[in-house]
Amino acid sequence: MKHIHRLLLIAFFFTSLTPAFALVSDEAEHKTHQVSTKKKKFETGNFIMDHIADAYEWHVFSYGDFHFTAPLPVIVYSERSGFHFFMSNKFHHGHSSYKGFELAKDGEYRGKVVEMVNGQQVRPFDISITKNVTAMLISMIILLWVFLSVAKTYRRRKGQEPKGIQAYIEPIIVFVIDEIAKPAIGEKKYKKFAPFLLTIFFFIWLNNLMGLVPFIPGGANVTGNITITMVLALFTFIITIVNGNKNYWKHIFNTPGVPWWLKYPVPLMPLVELMGMMTKPFVLMVRLFANITAGHIIVLSFISLIFIFGEMSPALGLGSSVLSVAFVIFMNVLELLVALIQAYVFTFLSALYFGMAVEDHH
Amino acid sequence: MITLSIILQAVATAGLAKFGAAIGAGIAAIAAAFGIGKIGASALESIARQPEAAGDIRSNMIVAAALIEGVALFAIIICLLIVL
Repeated sequence: MKHIHRLLLIAFFFTSLTPAFALVSDEAEHKTHQVSTKKKKFETGNFIMDHIADAYEWHVFSYGDFHFTAPLPVIVYSERSGFHFFMSNKFHHGHSSYKGFELAKDGEYRGKVVEMVNGQQVRPFDISITKNVTAMLISMIILLWVFLSVAKTYRRRKGQEPKGIQAYIEPIIVFVIDEIAKPAIGEKKYKKFAPFLLTIFFFIWLNNLMGLVPFIPGGANVTGNITITMVLALFTFIITIVNGNKNYWKHIFNTPGVPWWLKYPVPLMPLVELMGMMTKPFVLMVRLFANITAGHIIVLSFISLIFIFGEMSPALGLGSSVLSVAFVIFMNVLELLVALIQAYVFTFLSALYFGMAVEDHH
Repeated sequence: MITLSIILQAVATAGLAKFGAAIGAGIAAIAAAFGIGKIGASALESIARQPEAAGDIRSNMIVAAALIEGVALFAIIICLLIVL
């Protein structure tokens, strides 16, 4: 039990330490805009997009006109002026520019760091630590912490019964190995792919869950970022290609049982099989991204409903808030299930593709 | 034909694209509900026929439902891109 208490204490310290790298209170700046922003119309589209999209700062909370935002490092490399490393509060929420860089207000690079070159917006090489990157780093730290301690417990307690956090993690690991890896890849060859499958299962599950928590360190839509799911799908794709044996490539380029005139002179069958090979990781990417983002958008839309009705009349806002909150609770519970199911489906399909890549001739 | 072109001109300013996106999202919802409804129905029937296999049937049903939902949400994302 002491082990768990220590873990919870460390997790609590993480949540309170995260905004500590330069907290900025914007009270003084917002007082100058206070008169003009007193009765702002509620913009649903912007509200939803602000919560879904990535950002160069982390908005922790607002209390009336007081906004608590944690700025994040901006790391850009421009062809003209070299590397730049600065905190995003230099942009003052997009109102000012810094050393030629600014947050684009419109155009195709809206919301991103651009450099004005001869009146044209040019996007520098941008490797900033944005909100999604920070959230991913936090979840990486949690994952490493949990699993390194589980590994240490396994080494220390060889042959004994599991104790502490090991007892919680072991059934899930056994589930992934016995229900996902072994049936899809086969008893003899699953060991090579087991670490990758376990990693993406826990990574996707933890990031999905953290995206559902509305306050720091959760609340950043990590797996709803299509670049992150693209990288995960790319890993699956590369591992499938690297581990494809002769049987696998034969099935793609010289499919057995198919008449010869579909392969030569116009290689129709290989083209179709290649397209199938490409669409599989693409669909993996879109499935995870769409499921998670759609869940977040639904929850945010129900919440915005309260504000939309509230602008028409306060009584309507209060009445609809009861219904909206009930729906939001239901959707959030459903999203908890979806978080697990999406991690399971991604891992299961990756295992299936690996199994197809290393399958023996039968 | 002339009345059609007049109507199209009048509607174009009213946001025909958003109308199309809304219809597309509705069709995606109908299609997903239809597909997953069929899966759920056959899963329930099989569990009724063989209650011991309920666990296996349940996991297969969830996998198939997630695959269909992936396609439906792909269509939803396209409609969202039109609106936003």
